[in-house]
Amino acid sequence: MSHNFHKDISGCGLAGIINKDGKRISGSSISKSLCLMNDRGNGLGAGYAAYGIYPEYKELYAFHIMYDEPACQRDTEEYLKKNYRIEKKEPMPTAPVESITISPMIWRYFVKPLSEKAERDAADLRDDDFVVRTVMKINSEIGGAYVFSSGKNMGAFKGVGMPGEIARFFRIEEYEGYIWTGHTRFPTNTPGWWGGAHPFTLLDWSIVHNGEISSYGINKRYLEMYGYKLTLLTDTEVVTYLFDLLVRKHGLDVLTACTALASPFWKNIDDLQEDEKNAMTALRMVYASALMNGPFSILFGHSKGLVGFNDRIKLRPLVAATKGKTVYMASEESAIREICPSPEKIWAPRAGEPVIAELEG
Amino acid sequence: MFKSLAVPEFLAKIDQIKCIKCKRCIQNCGWSVYAWGGDKVLIDTFKCVKCLRCYHYCPEEAITIEDNPVKYRSNANWGFYNIRNIKRQAETGGIPLTGMGSDMPYPVLFDSLLIDACQVTNPSIDPLREPMELRTYLGKKPAKLEFENGPDGKPKLKTKMPPQIKLEAPFIFAPMSYGSISLNAQKTIAIAAKELGIVMNTGEGGLHEDIYPYRSNIIVQVASGRFGVNPDYLNAGVAVEIKIGQGAKPGIGGHLPGEKIPLDIAKTRMIPVGTDAISPAPQHDIYSIEDLRQLIFAIKEATNYTKPVSVKIAAVHNVAAIASGIVRAGADIVYIDGFRGGTGAAPSIIRDHLGIPIEHALAAVDERLRQEGIRNEASIIAAGGIRSCADAAKAIALGADAVALATSALITMGCTVCGKCYTGNCSWGITTQRPELTVRLDPEVYAERLINLIHAWSHELKEILGALGVNAIESLRGSRERLRGIGLDSQTLDILGVKPVGR
Ligand code: SF4
Ligand code: SF4
Repeated sequence: MSHNFHKDISGCGLAGIINKDGKRISGSSISKSLCLMNDRGNGLGAGYAAYGIYPEYKELYAFHIMYDEPACQRDTEEYLKKNYRIEKKEPMPTAPVESITISPMIWRYFVKPLSEKAERDAADLRDDDFVVRTVMKINSEIGGAYVFSSGKNMGAFKGVGMPGEIARFFRIEEYEGYIWTGHTRFPTNTPGWWGGAHPFTLLDWSIVHNGEISSYGINKRYLEMYGYKLTLLTDTEVVTYLFDLLVRKHGLDVLTACTALASPFWKNIDDLQEDEKNAMTALRMVYASALMNGPFSILFGHSKGLVGFNDRIKLRPLVAATKGKTVYMASEESAIREICPSPEKIWAPRAGEPVIAELEG
Repeated sequence: MFKSLAVPEFLAKIDQIKCIKCKRCIQNCGWSVYAWGGDKVLIDTFKCVKCLRCYHYCPEEAITIEDNPVKYRSNANWGFYNIRNIKRQAETGGIPLTGMGSDMPYPVLFDSLLIDACQVTNPSIDPLREPMELRTYLGKKPAKLEFENGPDGKPKLKTKMPPQIKLEAPFIFAPMSYGSISLNAQKTIAIAAKELGIVMNTGEGGLHEDIYPYRSNIIVQVASGRFGVNPDYLNAGVAVEIKIGQGAKPGIGGHLPGEKIPLDIAKTRMIPVGTDAISPAPQHDIYSIEDLRQLIFAIKEATNYTKPVSVKIAAVHNVAAIASGIVRAGADIVYIDGFRGGTGAAPSIIRDHLGIPIEHALAAVDERLRQEGIRNEASIIAAGGIRSCADAAKAIALGADAVALATSALITMGCTVCGKCYTGNCSWGITTQRPELTVRLDPEVYAERLINLIHAWSHELKEILGALGVNAIESLRGSRERLRGIGLDSQTLDILGVKPVGR
């Protein structure tokens, strides 16, 4: 029964950094920023996403996969071998952390869908679509295997622990990226599952999210109509797929997609000039079931930028700041000041108004 | 003729000590229960339908209408109405008629559904402080949109939007024709629809000129009788509805006898005075889904693709597949009428035994359209048994875009759901054409009450949304996760797509 799920509820803290000039920095600062907000998490999940970390493999999809046991790895790799050229395969580099006593087996693969399209499962799909299908297939069909990162030149690192512990475990200070996002989690029910931590990613989208999407029920059914399989029972999965549908599949620009997901009120739309009013009215009508209603703040990363945004009445915190070519976003001002003591500008974005920072050039 | 052996249902009684012999009851009763006997009011209680008009209009509170304590010997199998109907049929040889929705004790699933509310992890929203949006658009929605940059740098819509009906709240007034209800009742509804920013539906009786001023709040209907249908009529409202069936009488037509067709109704229906107005059971040019498609597109051509076309069907067993066919045939709106829906006149045997409830039908249709990836292609209107805002909210959560109201609207005009609409004697001036009765219903006065009702339901709906922690109706629409079933078996839960309480 498709409706028979138990939804996960959680509160959280989040932080993000982008260097608009593309300058790469180590993961130590995002981790430092996040650690300041330890009271926003309870040790049941933390994670990071980083862009620009695999320049030597930037044409390949980097799959980060966690396995519960060797059998899942065998099944998954069998499928991958049939459909992908595996350029490189290795265990994820990790460091022992005292408090992390159990962890899944984590591997990473740099792959490319086989070019002889006839050879792979779905010949008519573009590479991106095929990768999405692969991720859906592994995650929903191979029990105990979970692809948690599938983009190019980017990666997600996440697990059960406090942000500092997860950073040390994945040795994230050794990676250099031009965009970093991070998340600490406060789940109110405890699956204690590594895959349930943020960020959630699909291709090079990554989402960290603080909040509860009260419209989850309809958002989920809307996505299912477009073939998305929602297996994780979390709001964040919904957010990730909504972005994927609106931006990648429907071709909306990021601002328009954010406007659809946290739409302006009718009373404001009615006051707009004719053209914009028609555009916004249609946007609300057509994407009514994609409206994310309920409290949230979200950082949405992609290879070319970072977007921070809030629900339509701002029921969860979000602060943004700039200094030089760097834009910071976080749940709390203190988390920004921890790594950038004197920003040039610091502000609380208004409800429903996204902060969009994009790479230059 | 011998005295009927069908036991009267009600006893009309007058307290002769309180009675001041004003004769108002005689004047008010549409069913001629009372007559003047020279020194006191005489009562023919066999005719009483318990509409309570006399009770409310007796200045001395001298009248009581009691359920007749005399019943047949009680029998768990042979109920009162089983025996009574046989007696009536033995006397007349006819099909007992009835009005309003079925009063049989079938389970009402709305009463087994409970709505969620927020605590801690997601905050509730106070509708008195924060905006709470009920606006709803009915019509076909493209799957996606394309924009371009306008001259001012603002986004400009590239996709052409199909026509929509704009509603300020997800309620519409269900089709009730002039003929089945009085012109004053129709006017009452029209005034309210306009004031509320929602729509009414002419039903199949054509469009009376007095209703024309409300055309931007009117859906015109094309039914099997094709009464009053011409190009002007099709273009008169904001949308056109093709009526295939009605929840209370799926699969059967309608028959308004010639004696109920005076000049005014004849003109509106475009038929000669005194002829029977017959709506055949099927539309005689629709014998298959492709025929329906042709009619849909004939109407779209006639209206130059400026009006959404709705198709109204009764909820029957196979409703999901039928609705899917209707959407694929090009309809912009599917109107589903559950078997508890009202009627001006229907054979009891049909009303009480054919069709399925709106809850199951709606859930099945919404789910089917989603599985087929065409839910955006049409809006769904749910009707047939919406008694309160709670029912409306539950229907919306099950997947309806809007709900249609008929009985509840008539109740604001005085109707007590006595179920005797088919007699044409409605004491409240609603389902009658007798001028001395219809004149009682002042549209301006009663529109106010109807507006009050929709305002009240809108406020209630906003409170529900606020408790759910959402501030727009679209976040409730189809969000079955916010419903739980209480005391329902697992198969029913599966059909409704809801979890049991406690899960
Ligand atoms: S007005 Fe109605 S309740 Fe009163 S006697 Fe007539 S039918 Fe009965
Ligand atoms: S409309 Fe009139 S006749 Fe019909 S149920 Fe209501 S009160 Fe009775």
